[in-house]
Amino acid sequence: MTAASTIGAPRPYTLVAELTYRCPLSCAYCSNPLELARHASELDTATWQRVLGEAESLGILQVNLTGGEPLVRDDLEALVVTARAHDLYTNLITSGIPFDRARLGRLRAAGLDSLQLSVQDTDAQGSAWISGRDCLDAKLEVAAAARAVGLPLTLNVVLHRGNIARVPAFIALAERLGAERLELANTQYLGWALVNRDALLPTQAALSEARTVADAARERLRGKIEILFVRPDYYADRPRACMEGWARRYVVVTPDGQALPCHQATSINGLRFENVKDRSLAEIWNASEAFTAFRGDDWMPAPCRTCDEREIDFGGCRCQAFALLGDAAATDPACSLSPRHDVIEAARLRATDVRAERPLQLRRFRLES
Amino acid sequence: MIGPASRPRLAPKVRFRFDKRSGKHMLLYPERGLELTAQAARIAELCAEQLTVAAMVERLVSEHPGVPHARIEADVLTFLRQLDDRGLLAETGT
Repeated sequence: MTAASTIGAPRPYTLVAELTYRCPLSCAYCSNPLELARHASELDTATWQRVLGEAESLGILQVNLTGGEPLVRDDLEALVVTARAHDLYTNLITSGIPFDRARLGRLRAAGLDSLQLSVQDTDAQGSAWISGRDCLDAKLEVAAAARAVGLPLTLNVVLHRGNIARVPAFIALAERLGAERLELANTQYLGWALVNRDALLPTQAALSEARTVADAARERLRGKIEILFVRPDYYADRPRACMEGWARRYVVVTPDGQALPCHQATSINGLRFENVKDRSLAEIWNASEAFTAFRGDDWMPAPCRTCDEREIDFGGCRCQAFALLGDAAATDPACSLSPRHDVIEAARLRATDVRAERPLQLRRFRLES
Repeated sequence: MIGPASRPRLAPKVRFRFDKRSGKHMLLYPERGLELTAQAARIAELCAEQLTVAAMVERLVSEHPGVPHARIEADVLTFLRQLDDRGLLAETGT
């Protein structure tokens, strides 16, 4: 590793702590790895606490405690206390299940700053269709309990073909539940979502309709609810600034301790990842092979290399380039300037094909010890 | 819209803290952060005191003798409206 690659390392802001891949839901768009068997051994409490300290030293300001379902870890309270002791802004990203009212109070008391609750659908059948479980009532209980203990609430909604028409209902739900923030994020087609793309990708018309509704609600609710709407890459002319640039702002640590520049990065064959059990977060961030591989713009091919927008989208999503083209260093095909944008256009076309079959495969959780 | 009679306070999701690395105060909220200038940090601090905007402006005028009242008021309103647009202020009741 050359010195030059470490001198230029930017300051990371967010640690995404994937505490476990265990989860009571089987969402068909889950971004967790398709193959979970090798993630069987989870880091212990002390190791996570060390990682939180190392994150603070590295300049990190926020930690997302996520999974899988982080509530299945019984040391969550202890981790929140440690995160708070390091002055990290602490988000819990959860399905809310298993629900435990008293526990939410304990987490708030431990210093939890914000709760991000996933809501799969406002329709019970829709919820069961996409996640394998009708859990809407449980969500309502969690949201009410979060408010009761003074936890700021975000509703996280993953939009897809099956629920995108219910954006107005999601907005009404956020209002009713007293959420401060509503994230309407379209599925991005990686991991399980790519397997299920034909079943999940909405039409352009449905997407535009949803976006118009969200824009109007953002104006109406300004100052009450912050409304975010994230388009799917498949309907943008330019790619998303995935992770705000590779190894630029985020560090993801998987349940067994691998440090990744993005939660999908293990899908890229040939990249080697270091483990926080073996090295400090700073060493990994500054100089490891995986983090330096696509940092900055030296790796960029044409047309990215000379593109005026390369500092805006950072070349898009490496995992998407790998998943669709087999080359992680290719221009993200979501970009209309990519020579292989045709793969995206073909998927869009299928979204409007009334004769297309749209089978849905729920995420299978393979439990191995 | 935030005006002189508003009593803005930071939304519950917002944490105001000092960042040793940059030597600046920041507002942290889910998935985001905002680095503040010294002036903005002072205004954010005053949001904790349940003051009206008019009272905040008076306070800042007394802290910065020689700076015109109108300029301070304009700066305060601009900053608070930016925060409000980002959903970082709680409802003010005005």
